[in-house]
Amino acid sequence: MTAIRPFGHDQRRLEDPRMITGQAKYTDDFVLPGMVHLAVVRSPYAHANIVSVDTSAALEMPGVLGVWTGQDMVDAGFGGIPCAWVVPDAGTVTPNHPPIAIDKVRYVGDAVAIVVADDDYVAKDAAMVVEVDYDELPACTDGEKAHADGAPQLHDDAPNNQCFHWTVSGGDVEAAFNEADIVVGERIINQRLVPVAMEPRSALAQWSSGMGELTLWTTSQNPHIVRFLLSLDTGIPEHKIRVIAPDVGGGFGSKIPHYPEDSMTIFASQQLDRPVKWTETRSENFQATIHGRDHIQDVEMAAKSDGTITGLRAKVWANLGAYLSTASTGVPTILHGLMLSGAYTIPNIHEDVYGMFTNTTPVDAYRGAGRPEATFMVERLVDLVAKKLDMDPVAIREKNLIPPFTEGHEVATGLIYDTGNYQAALDKAKDMAGYDELRAQQAAARAEGRYIGIGVCTYSEICGLGPSEVAGAVGFGGGLWESAIVRFHPSGKVRLMVGINPHGQGEQTTFAQIVADQLGVPTEDVDVQYGDTAQTAMGWGTYGSRSTPVASGAMMGAIDKIKDKGRKIAAHLLEASTADIEFEDGKFYVRGSPESSMTIQDIALAANTAWNMPDGVEPGLEASAFFNPSNFVYPFGAHIAVVEVDPDTGEIDFQRYIAVDDCGPQINPMIVEGQIHGGIAQGVAQALWEGVQYSEDGQLLTSSLMDYAIPKAEYFPKFELGHTVTPTDVNPLGVKGIGETGTIGSTPAIYGAVLDALAPLGVEQVHMPLTPERVWRAIQEAKA
Amino acid sequence: MDINVRVNGKTYTRDVEPRLLLVDFIRDHLAMTGTNIGCDTTQCGACTIHLDGKAVKSCTVLAVQADGSEVTTIEGIGKPSALHPMQAAFQDNHGLQCGYCTPGMIMAAIKLVEERGEMNDDEVRHGLEGNLCRCTGYENIVKSVQAAANDMGVAHSPFEADPAAHHETLREAEARAAARSHE
Repeated sequence: MTAIRPFGHDQRRLEDPRMITGQAKYTDDFVLPGMVHLAVVRSPYAHANIVSVDTSAALEMPGVLGVWTGQDMVDAGFGGIPCAWVVPDAGTVTPNHPPIAIDKVRYVGDAVAIVVADDDYVAKDAAMVVEVDYDELPACTDGEKAHADGAPQLHDDAPNNQCFHWTVSGGDVEAAFNEADIVVGERIINQRLVPVAMEPRSALAQWSSGMGELTLWTTSQNPHIVRFLLSLDTGIPEHKIRVIAPDVGGGFGSKIPHYPEDSMTIFASQQLDRPVKWTETRSENFQATIHGRDHIQDVEMAAKSDGTITGLRAKVWANLGAYLSTASTGVPTILHGLMLSGAYTIPNIHEDVYGMFTNTTPVDAYRGAGRPEATFMVERLVDLVAKKLDMDPVAIREKNLIPPFTEGHEVATGLIYDTGNYQAALDKAKDMAGYDELRAQQAAARAEGRYIGIGVCTYSEICGLGPSEVAGAVGFGGGLWESAIVRFHPSGKVRLMVGINPHGQGEQTTFAQIVADQLGVPTEDVDVQYGDTAQTAMGWGTYGSRSTPVASGAMMGAIDKIKDKGRKIAAHLLEASTADIEFEDGKFYVRGSPESSMTIQDIALAANTAWNMPDGVEPGLEASAFFNPSNFVYPFGAHIAVVEVDPDTGEIDFQRYIAVDDCGPQINPMIVEGQIHGGIAQGVAQALWEGVQYSEDGQLLTSSLMDYAIPKAEYFPKFELGHTVTPTDVNPLGVKGIGETGTIGSTPAIYGAVLDALAPLGVEQVHMPLTPERVWRAIQEAKA
Repeated sequence: MDINVRVNGKTYTRDVEPRLLLVDFIRDHLAMTGTNIGCDTTQCGACTIHLDGKAVKSCTVLAVQADGSEVTTIEGIGKPSALHPMQAAFQDNHGLQCGYCTPGMIMAAIKLVEERGEMNDDEVRHGLEGNLCRCTGYENIVKSVQAAANDMGVAHSPFEADPAAHHETLREAEARAAARSHE
């Protein structure tokens, strides 16, 4: 009987027992002796000078231990919140971002003061009686308008509110447009979104003045990055900082940044010599946790009359909000502009991106981070070309898809995609959808006055971030490698320590599966540790669908070292030559005599007791390895959406969703499916329901779950998933990331479906989200 | 104010402020942190518990209103060694990712199934309209609730009932997805 290997099979998650019984420990669940509570006084104005802050009433309240302002933090030596990604060759400016505003507030929610009390309710009460006198200034929330002469200026060192002007160019775009048979284009508003991880942010700082040491529990996707950045702005040396991200309740990018509240709790803990906890309310989350997207894109595509795409050019106003968050400048440039070839051969590309400061919440990575803004643009343009040439959306894609490649394919923006077979994914999606039949049904329905629409998206995306040399070259202030430590205990149980920090993606399970598969131990015998800088390997965190493609490379390196050492010990104990020792399914044996064998658990015991080791071999069975990938990985796929629009009400009946995604070999197909489900839900939500609204004067109108539409279960049909398997050559297991593909592929697919349904009514464009009101108005305008 | 609340079978007497929310009473005064807080407008359902046999959002009830009442939280539903069928179904069907909405989702789903029994897809989706999840796209939550509804009261797990399910191959997973697509 062939043993079933753990890699490639559904397995229940090892995370789940604690999570389904209420035993998971999120940051806000931690209570320390002497712990007190911090509340933040936030600006109700989008732009104002701070005239005065009167803390006396708050200080007089029983239970209040202290009230502090921005200047107090400066006086204590705290610096501005650093931006960790400063995109080069773009004139990028990085204005100071004080954790608490000092002279001026720049968005609704900007911190003005902090209050600490022995009770959370009292801290919030006291925050309400801190009296701030503001001198209100004109505000600007629009990334394009902010550039105009005379627009309200946010930062003295950013004239015209411009943070950067970044360009990407490949081929000869002018010639492509001059020689084109047709040119299509429009203005796309890729609207601002709120990530809304279900767990609000929280930080708990414990400063020990006696040890000169800080422990910070925080809701982070990347505790090592937070530790590194804290060493820059708190003045505490890095080796005296321990950052612990315990169970983290979702992030979607919003828990990448080092936030001002981290520093506030640390400052307060130092002032009081007590542990200080802050947990945001959902309303604070809407104001003070990063937002995503927010592009105004003027885009054009050039093509030949047979549908061959020849060029793409774009000018983008990327709204960065009031201050630079940790990865702000990289998202609308490197992760967006370099992906404008999508899944297609587009020989000539040019884009200008203007990063703009406005009086809004800072904008950073939100699931997909730059690639959704690129993919929607490209897919929309491809659909416009198809429409202009009266071609089917599938036919135009088949005409322009990059042909299958296995050894790297360079696109006009300079990226080299690793491996891909885009047509195969599209073929599978068409089959699953019954595409031709769907088109026939659509035609029949139209004859009855019903408006069915079919949307298609073929995408490729960049993830598995990434080669550290590239990170450095594009201004990312850290490496993007990973490391892993594999340690055998004497009893043969295994501990794996990694530097990534899953927060829902299930690597506690999938990484155990990899180790179990490679070392022939039961999955349950592998304990995966992450999230604590004091107890794990150094790493750069979980985002950009990088955990599996990058960290698995480090794990494989450590696993190989374990096998090599095991061979030496086995050879010694079995009295054979090392060269004759084979390892398979957890057993070391002498080639040709499989009965002469030792299990890896036997070897672990022998190594840990070290009673009889070969000469020159150290005790213990433990190895660490680092992996710096040679390239990014590029998962891809084809999505098809089917909707029916009610022309009388503008309501959209979301009928079917077919997604074929290729992330290479799947470690745990159940978990892969789960990632795709969640991704689709978020991408569809951008197209149909979600969108931040600011008033002209910068008030956040969508500031709670009452007025920002997070989708509910009833909004979705059952998703129909399929896969193709195209391994990458970038890492030993051939695996690509799958955390963001659903989001990247689904916004264009569902948008395309709605516009396809509306086409017979003469509707050319509707800005997202496609709410019934917007759709209805577009229908009325088309009629008029 | 003094209140007596019976939580997970044990009576607690505490002196609380009249404005204290039940969820804060459970988390901060009783140190049962399984019940999570996800919003401040009663939208998300992360804090759903059972109050006198009904699923309620404990952020919308004052602790003093629970005086004399019977409360069950996720901690009172089942342990890893003796899971409630709903808990088991969530694990078996990958009905959770980050786990934050999960306790509230499970508490709401238990009452939904107790009241409605077996439900079709649409009925489960509408039945869970008071609970938000940002990770799963709900698909596997719906599956979990249907599986639990099928066996409530019977400890059941497809993995235990059929060890082969444990070793499903990628090809089989694909076939499963394809079969679903033809439903």
